Amino acid sequence: MNNISAASREFREMDELSAQDSPIHRLHPLVKLLVTLAYIVCVVSFPKYQLSGLAVMVLYPVLVFQLSGIPVRTCFHKLRIVLPLVCAVGLLNPFFDRAPLLYVGGLAVSGGVVSMVTLMLKGVFSLMASFLLIATTSIDALCAALRKLHVPALLVTLLLLTYRYISVMIGEVAVMTDAYRLRAPGQKGIHISVWGSFLGQLLLRSMDRAEELYQSMQLRGFRGEFYYADQPPCTAGAVAYGVVCAALFVLARLYDLPQLLGNLFV
Amino acid sequence: MIEFQNVSFSYESGTPVLQNLCFSIGAGEAVGLIGANGAGKSTIMKILLGLLPCEGGVTVGGLAVKKQNLGEVRKKLGFVLQNSDNQMFMPTVYEDMMFAPRNYGLSKEEAEARVDRVLSELGLTELKHRYNHKISGGEKRMAAIATILAMEPEAILMDEPSTALDPVNRRTVIRAINGLTMTKLIASHDLDMILDTCDRVILLSHGQVAADGPAGEILRDKALLEANRMELPFCLAGPSPRQ
Repeated sequence: MNNISAASREFREMDELSAQDSPIHRLHPLVKLLVTLAYIVCVVSFPKYQLSGLAVMVLYPVLVFQLSGIPVRTCFHKLRIVLPLVCAVGLLNPFFDRAPLLYVGGLAVSGGVVSMVTLMLKGVFSLMASFLLIATTSIDALCAALRKLHVPALLVTLLLLTYRYISVMIGEVAVMTDAYRLRAPGQKGIHISVWGSFLGQLLLRSMDRAEELYQSMQLRGFRGEFYYADQPPCTAGAVAYGVVCAALFVLARLYDLPQLLGNLFV
Repeated sequence: MIEFQNVSFSYESGTPVLQNLCFSIGAGEAVGLIGANGAGKSTIMKILLGLLPCEGGVTVGGLAVKKQNLGEVRKKLGFVLQNSDNQMFMPTVYEDMMFAPRNYGLSKEEAEARVDRVLSELGLTELKHRYNHKISGGEKRMAAIATILAMEPEAILMDEPSTALDPVNRRTVIRAINGLTMTKLIASHDLDMILDTCDRVILLSHGQVAADGPAGEILRDKALLEANRMELPFCLAGPSPRQ
């Protein structure tokens, strides 16, 4: 199978994940969206040396992975391209911040190393939370939730169409690369001399298809609102889940829980 | 039901596509729109749906096709696109079928009942929860028709409904079309299918109506068809030269 076709299939698997049934999938999308936002805000607001406090935040994705039945492996597999980039963000910290911050078994660990790991964890946790939101909520339900937060219809429609057009574009790339490879045997990838025309053609073809797709939506009554998105009722349980999660995030952010627990025993 | 009065349309380059086109289609009629490539078949459909502006008057169910009526006009017309991939944009057949009824204000229960009824009528119940990217071309075409029928339109427009279908799927689509009682306007190069599904044919040539009459009559007129870059349907053409 063409790599691009595989990418297209992988992209569509997100829809399949979001269509599964679990207590997390059944939660109201707005609750999931707000909890995810609260989680990300709390995670990124941790000070750069507060590694032990940040580590506790791993519990939320672990819990959601368990409850939703989404395999952790799938998450890391799908994030395999972006994860190294996120992890690379703090790579230079150890070179600039060399002052010892703590000692592990007599070995000095510099502030740069701690802040690098903290940055990496922040990125990984945020990505995991975002992935879990998308993997447990359909894009339409997510857009409906955004509209409930009064995010402008234009922006939400742009988000929805971008999501839809990505698969359209990947499909077109797959067809074009297949056609290219069949007439350029032995070549590895697409030769640089045709990149311009290839991209131009891709743009034109994607625009044509995207236009037809949007017209198809318009012809079936789409006016920028998401009446069709299936939304479970916002139950008291869902609200309680949201409130408890948010409270725990704030608690974990304000207090270094591992340190407090450690102090109980030491 | 559908009326075109002196309709003209040109692209920005100035090339005329439709010139003073006049015809009307009554409620419940099944009309085939035929013509060579570039004759204006798809353009007529797009004008009907308000996707292209034109000169002249176009009405659907008594409503003029203009900006303020587009919502109502489009509610009356269901359009089956030539490329089902562009029509089926939701993850599953069920979600795609729910899209229009929910947008038109039906409750989830009402919409679901309608979806179930349409799927059952077309014999597609097993497709309900299938993913659109995992069904075959024939199934996708049938599902695309089902998504439109779930709108309960007064008229259905189809652009090349038999393209890229194998004989069995093509026959299934023809049977499905013949089972529909609403007004039908079918643009196609598949003249055998037009013969099987339509009572009346409008033959377009250079943006004008070259002939308009009973399907059996026009599709048997070899001279007329050949003068307009078409050929007799295979079923009427006799044995092929190689036989």
